[in-house]
Amino acid sequence: MSDVKVIDEIPTYQVTLFVRRFNQEDGLEARWEDFDVTVHGTDRVLDALHKIKWEQDGSLTFRRSCAHGVCGSDAMRINGRNRLACKTLIKDLDMTKPIYVEPIKGLTVEKDLVVDMNPFYEAYRAVKPFLIASDKPEKERIQSPEDRERFEDTTKCILCAACTSSCPVFWTDGQYFGPAAIVNAHRFIFDSRDEGAEVRLDILNDKEGVWRCRTTFNCTEACPRGIEVTKAIAEVKQAILRGKP
Amino acid sequence: MVVIETPRSPRSRKAAKFERWGWLYMRISGMFLLVLIFGHLIINLVMNGGITQISFAFVAGKWADPFWKIWDGLMLWLALIHGTNGMRTIVNDYTERETLRKVLNYTLWVVCVSLIVLGTLVITTFDPCVDSSVSHTLSVCK
Repeated sequence: MSDVKVIDEIPTYQVTLFVRRFNQEDGLEARWEDFDVTVHGTDRVLDALHKIKWEQDGSLTFRRSCAHGVCGSDAMRINGRNRLACKTLIKDLDMTKPIYVEPIKGLTVEKDLVVDMNPFYEAYRAVKPFLIASDKPEKERIQSPEDRERFEDTTKCILCAACTSSCPVFWTDGQYFGPAAIVNAHRFIFDSRDEGAEVRLDILNDKEGVWRCRTTFNCTEACPRGIEVTKAIAEVKQAILRGKP
Repeated sequence: MVVIETPRSPRSRKAAKFERWGWLYMRISGMFLLVLIFGHLIINLVMNGGITQISFAFVAGKWADPFWKIWDGLMLWLALIHGTNGMRTIVNDYTERETLRKVLNYTLWVVCVSLIVLGTLVITTFDPCVDSSVSHTLSVCK
């Protein structure tokens, strides 16, 4: 048994989290509340939030489903940047300072870190995010790898709203479609099997459509899936000018 | 608590087209302005003795050549519309009340049109000899 390699114990740290709390029912303004948590080197911000909820304050409210960066439920503003709590390792943050966690901006806060996602989903629905085809094929629709590559990047979207809620244009009045909706339109506009590109381009050639994009790149920096969001928006702009994908 | 409206009022085709042309205009005029403005600055403020050369005679000399009239006229039109359209997007971003938005945007375009009219008038009707107290020093007026 002497040759069994002893794995070092995972280091633990003491961190302070400042969490933005809001509850419509207590009649108080939104406020920062601090929590001291002991975390492991392998813990993510989501684990710290779980520890708070399970061990310190059961009323802390946030969304999470898969907890592994796929469902897109736990987008939040961590130290001022939109991140998925389940993909942000605490050891990657500056642990000597408090960690600030607040809800994503531009959408109405319902409670603590939970926001009303409906305006976001409405913009998504408006771009018709589904295959539009006139025929009913007997078997699968064949597509070349090159044609598939054209929209590969935008298929990765998990609708977490990190991009849209990082967009300063979306913050202004919430009327702008937002990066996520345009990314999902891009996914179908440039799909060779789809026939609804013109409809979608027409929808996005709106007063509140792609032209409101100021290319600030906040969305590209916020995307937890690494989608080049601003590039996708620029491609949609060019497609509108051309009148076809 | 901040409550935002649900997205989008009914779409208007005219507005959509306008935004598209607005976007395109900003890029095209921007390209021209880059050349026009830097050319203007270099010729007026850097070359041939720099800022000290600028006088009534210098302007009169430049505007004796139709090339500079067209250059300055283009700069006037492109820059004013470019700037006003940029201000319009900022106003649309920051104003919350529709009436205030309309008032500000209306004011912007009125100012823009007035300046374009005045500027174009100056460029096209410029006569270096019209003021005798200044013009007697210019060789063209003698």
